[in-house]
Amino acid sequence: MLTIAMPKGRIFEEALELLRKAGYALPPEFAESRKLMIDVPEEGMRFILAKPMDVVTYVEHGVADLGIAGKDVLLEEERDVYELLDLHISKCHLAVAGLPNSRLNDIAPRVATKYPNIASSYFREQGEQVEIIPLNGSIELAPLIGLADRIVDIVSTGRTLKENGLVEFEKISDVTSRLIVNPVSYRMKDDKIDEMVERLSAVITNEEDES
Amino acid sequence: MSKLFMFEKPLGMRDTLPFLYKVKKRVRQAMTNEIEQWGYEFIETPTLEYYETVGSASAIADHRLFKLLDQQGHTLVLRPDMTAPIARLAASRLYQNGNPLRLAYHANVFRAQQREGGRPAEFEQIGVECIGDGTVTADAEVIRLMIAALEQTGLQRFTVAVGHIGYVNALFLEILGNEERANVLRRFLYEKNYVGYRNHVKSLPLSSIDQQRLLKLLDLRGDDTVLSSARELVHTEEGINAVEELSALWHALRLFGVADTVKMDMTLVSHMSYYTGILFEVYADGVGFPLGNGGRYDELLEKFSCKAPATGFSIRLDRLIEALQEMDVEENIECIIFSQERFAEAIQLANEKRREGKKVVLQHIAGIRDIDAYSKRYEPITYLLGSNGREE
Repeated sequence: MLTIAMPKGRIFEEALELLRKAGYALPPEFAESRKLMIDVPEEGMRFILAKPMDVVTYVEHGVADLGIAGKDVLLEEERDVYELLDLHISKCHLAVAGLPNSRLNDIAPRVATKYPNIASSYFREQGEQVEIIPLNGSIELAPLIGLADRIVDIVSTGRTLKENGLVEFEKISDVTSRLIVNPVSYRMKDDKIDEMVERLSAVITNEEDES
Repeated sequence: MSKLFMFEKPLGMRDTLPFLYKVKKRVRQAMTNEIEQWGYEFIETPTLEYYETVGSASAIADHRLFKLLDQQGHTLVLRPDMTAPIARLAASRLYQNGNPLRLAYHANVFRAQQREGGRPAEFEQIGVECIGDGTVTADAEVIRLMIAALEQTGLQRFTVAVGHIGYVNALFLEILGNEERANVLRRFLYEKNYVGYRNHVKSLPLSSIDQQRLLKLLDLRGDDTVLSSARELVHTEEGINAVEELSALWHALRLFGVADTVKMDMTLVSHMSYYTGILFEVYADGVGFPLGNGGRYDELLEKFSCKAPATGFSIRLDRLIEALQEMDVEENIECIIFSQERFAEAIQLANEKRREGKKVVLQHIAGIRDIDAYSKRYEPITYLLGSNGREE
């Protein structure tokens, strides 16, 4: 049996659609359930639903063979897992944003973010010494209320930034969801995993060609 | 840092309680017996080594070393692996006439942990080093012995993935032309980032044929049929030699009768620069991390001024035990509870039982506070109390 860790929320829906297109028969009421663990015995699959940031942890420890995780999480967590496939879903990007015409404070440059590792290595590479302030959500609040001059966050449509009067300054990296695999599962269950990769990549190539 | 509780230990350091101790002892013994039967000789080396010598020669990244200073100001390391100390020892003392040397160890090694502080920072490794034999049969022997030793512990389902870093290097160099570019691509494999690998390959100014060759590498996993596909991708002598070595290895593993346990995996890059030829990792059901790994490291002994090929494996005992799961090490300890009048009789009875190979506790009744709780720990219990004969 394959155990797959899925992030709750938007990515989950898109990933389900992708799996269905790849020919996996998943029950229709799937997404509405509040269960955290859902078995699909007909396909020999078990899904576990986790916080996006935790998917990589489940997979690294091998309690999930596979997982679907955003590249942002992979960059932030740097776990020892195989990043096998770009699923091309949940496209967005990591960016530095702030109030228009503002600049990093010379005396106390502060950056608020949900991604402290990404933010600190990005600013280190720029040669900037900044203080990273980790937040768990509503990052856009930080510049508005004067906690930080800059934020590092994911931007998809840019609407949240706009509605809060913020602008994007630099793009750090593109983000899509990836299929990740535990290194042991990759060897012990290689037949099933290779099959899934093949079926999924067929769907992805198809959609890329159409778009 | 807040004040330490008196029972606290440094991060990642663990006590081994009696039950785990017994499990470790049984598993260790199963492995070391097998290793000794293959003629490997066990050695011990110091826990502390110089950072400049063993520390920097080790395959373990610098930031994971425990470093400290001795009284003269030299930087020392707690040994992060056993391969580098054995290379030091072999180069300076044991490896003399150029003939193969077979050494083995079971020892605790130390690696500082960056993330999730509770992960073990000290753990036991069991392994072998075969020094001075550059033939493929030495590679095969080390893999076969690793499988045999694991089987002796009772491990059921496990797989060994075998690759060849020389093949990866030859393919990259042939297509990309220089080390620098090869290194970029090698890092993607090392970091297990296949998406990055594919994107990078597609971004390179290469012919579509060459791009396909590089992308094809990711599919080269499976049984020995992989080798013929691998052979088609390379044209240089180094690349062809690497494939031929793997064919010879596969043949040897078949003769040893273990080819079923082994899978070829041309994408395997366990380290950025340490290994020089055939390399492998071993995985078991139920544990998310490799149990151990190994491979050929023909350049390590040179760092200790002695050129010699070498190969070996090491297994992490803690992960192996996790994979074994069954834990039937229940062993009986008997107890004789006596009173002062019958001390001599108790000593004699204990001696007899111990001579029979039994484990016997000799306990004065006056030393026990709660007889009910105490008597639950032992089976059977013989009471030698009072002055009249035996009572049960």
